Amino acid sequence: MCDTCGCNITPGNEHLISAGGKLEKTRDGHEAVTVLHSLLEENDHTAQHNREHFNSHGVVAINLMSSPGAGKTALLEATIKALGGEFNMAVIEGDLETENDAERIRKHGVTAVQITTGSACHLDAHMVHGALHDLALADLELVFIENVGNLVCPASFDLGQHCNVVLLSVPEGDDKPAKYPVMFRCADMVMLSKADLLPILDDFSPQRAEQYLRNLASPAPLIPVSSKTGDGMDDWLSWLRDMIDKTRQASSSTPVAHPHHHHGPGHSKHSQP
Amino acid sequence: MHELAICQALMTQVETIARDNHAVRVTTITVGMGPLAGVEEQLLKNAYPVASAGTVAADAELIIQLTPVRVHCPGCNKQSTVQSNRLVCSHCGDWRTELLSGDELILIRVELDKAEQAAAALH
Repeated sequence: MCDTCGCNITPGNEHLISAGGKLEKTRDGHEAVTVLHSLLEENDHTAQHNREHFNSHGVVAINLMSSPGAGKTALLEATIKALGGEFNMAVIEGDLETENDAERIRKHGVTAVQITTGSACHLDAHMVHGALHDLALADLELVFIENVGNLVCPASFDLGQHCNVVLLSVPEGDDKPAKYPVMFRCADMVMLSKADLLPILDDFSPQRAEQYLRNLASPAPLIPVSSKTGDGMDDWLSWLRDMIDKTRQASSSTPVAHPHHHHGPGHSKHSQP
Repeated sequence: MHELAICQALMTQVETIARDNHAVRVTTITVGMGPLAGVEEQLLKNAYPVASAGTVAADAELIIQLTPVRVHCPGCNKQSTVQSNRLVCSHCGDWRTELLSGDELILIRVELDKAEQAAAALH
């Protein structure tokens, strides 16, 4: 799991906590309040609320991230086809504009909720919370959250997902994990998408991509996959099934506080957690 | 580009602290962050005047303390300070390290001027 957003006191900052307590006088007579709260505390709180909703309905949520055009929607389409109704699933789509991706998903008979972020470069937990009101979680087992195509900003915002899947498409080059360490460090699975292009773009080395990923101290598996030819889909689906099993076992054995309200179509969007 | 959103979240926390402490003015805000938080120091500073305009902290100084990326190696039980895209143990070269610091993004401290009279009147 990505803990980037939930950080608080670490060995790197514990010396900043003053011995004098929370409130003290500064040399020039001002009052000083020591806080040590994550700047993203509000987002993280809502993300945890989302996670509890998913858990209470036995739903596994996956945050799918990549550059724009790396093949997130194509992977979802291929996944829907390959799973053939094995899981009841839905997709939350994040884009700056248009319902295009949601419409692509709906053509496969899967519910898709589009979040258009306007100028925002990432999804946050509040946006996802709003989208949950349009999903009947009780009828679902798997939710994919397709984040805004961007290798920078989405990495900093916990949405309440159980795991992060990051796509690195072959045309982008094998050094992306070294260039975008924050994103690739939080990946639980890295997929080399558009792997059918490997014979053509032969300067892309999957071994080098994996080395850059390991340099981030990441044990995440890295698998080549082509949504177009279907190569690698079996590896992806077997990882997915395994992850769903493990997440369900973990979330059913961990008692969580019941969310204060139930989500589903017709539920007011204005109620507060 | 998400620095404005983060700065707005910062302002929400600062305004709450200012209100709770009956402050008339916030003079200094200290934020701690590491390179692996995914936030650019300069972009956060650029966003600050926009996010703080019209608030009790409009004139406050924003101090950003950068924390280094440090890892612990369970293999050789040593610590190293490393680059943000190379979290490998600098002693034995093992990549299976644990992050000690460098991904934090926290509000450390707020300095403020209190409205002593206003506070006294409330008590």
